Amino acid sequence: MLQIKNLHASVNGKEILKGVNLTVNKGEVHAIMGPNGSGKSTLASVITGNPAFEITKGEILFEGKSINDLAPEERAAEGIFLSFQYPIEIPGVSMVNFMRASINDLRKSRGEEPISASEFLKLMRKKKELIEMDSQLTNRSVNEGFSGGEKKKNEIFQMAMLDPKLAILDETDSGLDIDAIRVVANGVNKLKTPDNASILITHYQRLLDYIIPDFVHVLSDGKIVKTGDKELALELEEKGYDWLKG
Amino acid sequence: MSDEILYEVTSSEYKYGFTTDIETDIIPPGLNEDVIRLISKKKNEPDWMLEYRLKAYRTWLKMEMPNWAYLNIPEFDYQAISYFAAPKKNAPKSLDEVDPELLRTFEKLGIPLEEQKALSGMAVDAVMDSVSIKTTFQDTLAEMGIIFCSFSEAVQKHPDLVQKYMSTVVPIGDNFFSALNSAVFSDGSFAYIPKGVRCPMELSTYFRINAANSGQFERTLIVAEEGSYVSYLEGCTAPQRDENQLHAAIVEIVAMKDAEVKYSTVQNWYPGDKDGNGGVYNFVTKRGLCKGEGSRISWTQVETGSAITWKYPSCILMGDNSSAEFYSVAVTNHHQQADTGTKMIHIGKNTTSHILSKGISAGVSNNSYRGLVRVNPKAENARNFSQCDSLLLGDKCGAHTFPYMEVSNDSAIVEHEATTSKISEDQIFYCNQRGIDTEKAVGLIVNGYAKEVLKKLPMEFAVEAQKLLAITLEGSVG
Ligand SMILES: Nc1ncnc2c1ncn2[C@@H]1O[C@H](COP(=O)(O)OP(=O)(O)OP(=O)(O)O)[C@@H](O)[C@H]1O
Ligand SMILES: [Mg+2]
Repeated sequence: MLQIKNLHASVNGKEILKGVNLTVNKGEVHAIMGPNGSGKSTLASVITGNPAFEITKGEILFEGKSINDLAPEERAAEGIFLSFQYPIEIPGVSMVNFMRASINDLRKSRGEEPISASEFLKLMRKKKELIEMDSQLTNRSVNEGFSGGEKKKNEIFQMAMLDPKLAILDETDSGLDIDAIRVVANGVNKLKTPDNASILITHYQRLLDYIIPDFVHVLSDGKIVKTGDKELALELEEKGYDWLKG
Repeated sequence: MSDEILYEVTSSEYKYGFTTDIETDIIPPGLNEDVIRLISKKKNEPDWMLEYRLKAYRTWLKMEMPNWAYLNIPEFDYQAISYFAAPKKNAPKSLDEVDPELLRTFEKLGIPLEEQKALSGMAVDAVMDSVSIKTTFQDTLAEMGIIFCSFSEAVQKHPDLVQKYMSTVVPIGDNFFSALNSAVFSDGSFAYIPKGVRCPMELSTYFRINAANSGQFERTLIVAEEGSYVSYLEGCTAPQRDENQLHAAIVEIVAMKDAEVKYSTVQNWYPGDKDGNGGVYNFVTKRGLCKGEGSRISWTQVETGSAITWKYPSCILMGDNSSAEFYSVAVTNHHQQADTGTKMIHIGKNTTSHILSKGISAGVSNNSYRGLVRVNPKAENARNFSQCDSLLLGDKCGAHTFPYMEVSNDSAIVEHEATTSKISEDQIFYCNQRGIDTEKAVGLIVNGYAKEVLKKLPMEFAVEAQKLLAITLEGSVG
């Protein structure tokens, strides 16, 4: 599904990603761990096409096609979703309107008809239940005044609504209380199918108790320095990252 | 309410830029006393009206165009335009007598003049060039004692009311444009709500400029008697032309004891093309008088059109415990210029005013808020809160805020807050990541920014206004 080959990327002329290689197949869950500032969020930004970052070398293939030159909304239409580490507030724009605009634009770029109002409301209700989200939140403006945990839940709610092929969850577990982690993880697991895949960026082993990864990668100084299975996460929890640094 | 409105963007062009091909009675360009006599004669006006016009004209001759606004107004030749243009088939008695071409025009603009087709709960006075074409639901309203008709009709049928209230809020010599309007005004709307009556539907005037090289000078007068209520809407469009068109209107509102008047405008005159050619010069004087105790006036405006806008809907809070509100969204793109705001004059005791202004600038446009809050010496316990926000799209446009405060009573509490912000790249990327392209994202973010004002508008207008905001800003980012 996703193939990243020797990816180099920089921001404001500073190189952050220094040759990332990663392959994610359908049905797989990958975890990416690594020290602060190692480039995890940058990798997520580059995959999703954030124009603040520049690809200086290498290629990102999605379902066999290079997406290097696609606009972020085109990548979204291909089925790539990012749960932001720091979700953005959009004052005055209700979640309902935002989601409707989002779904309809995604549908449009796939040549589908807009969603009907009743279908949309039904979908909202169903997905809110799935992740046990407070009904009030969707009537409020996008992330405005949401608590840290509510913002993260709201990201997963959007993921549930949009049903992406590839979901990248950037530290979605940070700031969530223990119950919320379980709920969110539960949601992610329920949304899992043999046809989609996810990349979980996290600092904590705990999330991986709930969502069992097929692979765990360690990103350090812009490169993947180690790949293993879920045992690697346990090892990291115990030993930290120093032993991996060259 | 806004949540129920589907966010959508239609087309990027000024879709009202067509002209209607009808026979027009237009007088030759130029302005002098004979022209004024001619206008008055064409309208079959009583002598007092002609005297009023001539007095205004003589006043105007002594005045000069104001230049304090933050606007770059090219020399305008007042002798080069025609001061009276009217569709030839005049004063229809029933809909059958209205030129079908005109009906089609208003239909195309989304303003049906056939009552059975009309938007529910809205009475419309349609004004094309200088003349009122048709006022709907007059009979229904008359049963409640409400008068809603064209200004010309009011001059003929209700001369005492017109004489009693006309110019009591905006004096002839108030400013250059009010004097000009008083001399040459051609038509407009008149509304009178009797004591204790709650007007059951929105009253609406729809202005349309059609004839080339003509000015449009309408007058609106609204009188709300004790304890009455009315909500009034104003919309406007003009064809796309290379030359500039002049529009100088006057709106006067009088609210008696405990009366409430809400006046909403969606101003969408042709703004000129993206290089700054053509467009309407919109120089408007709007003022409300809270005459009685506990009276209330609110102005809500969404200003997206015109090449130049010069407009300060104001309130005089004369009655004790009266209150006034001004809610404004002004958008400028390309070469548009807007200098708009309000004046709140506190005279009575315990008066309150609230100002909320949201400016949005894009392209190489300039957008200024200019507001005056004056508290007179005897205005005990006056209260004002002003919030003026500016949103910038790009770095070639300008936003300016000019708040003036003149407080002569120590018990007054006057507060002013101002912010300037830009749409952040993070917000755009967040929308993009959810599949929303940048142009739509801007529309969405801007509508969110303006929401507090938009939600003050009646439903149909709010939908239209949301679309307009998005359309006005298309092509402003990239
Ligand atoms: N816009 C930017 N301008 C300059 N430097 C940036 C920018 N964005 C990221 N960086 C730098 O790139 C490096 C990688 O940042 P990134 O956010 O990808 O780290 P991370 O691995 O996600 O860290 P964390 O675990 O703290 O979330 C950091 O040194 C950061 O300061
Ligand atoms: Mg990060």
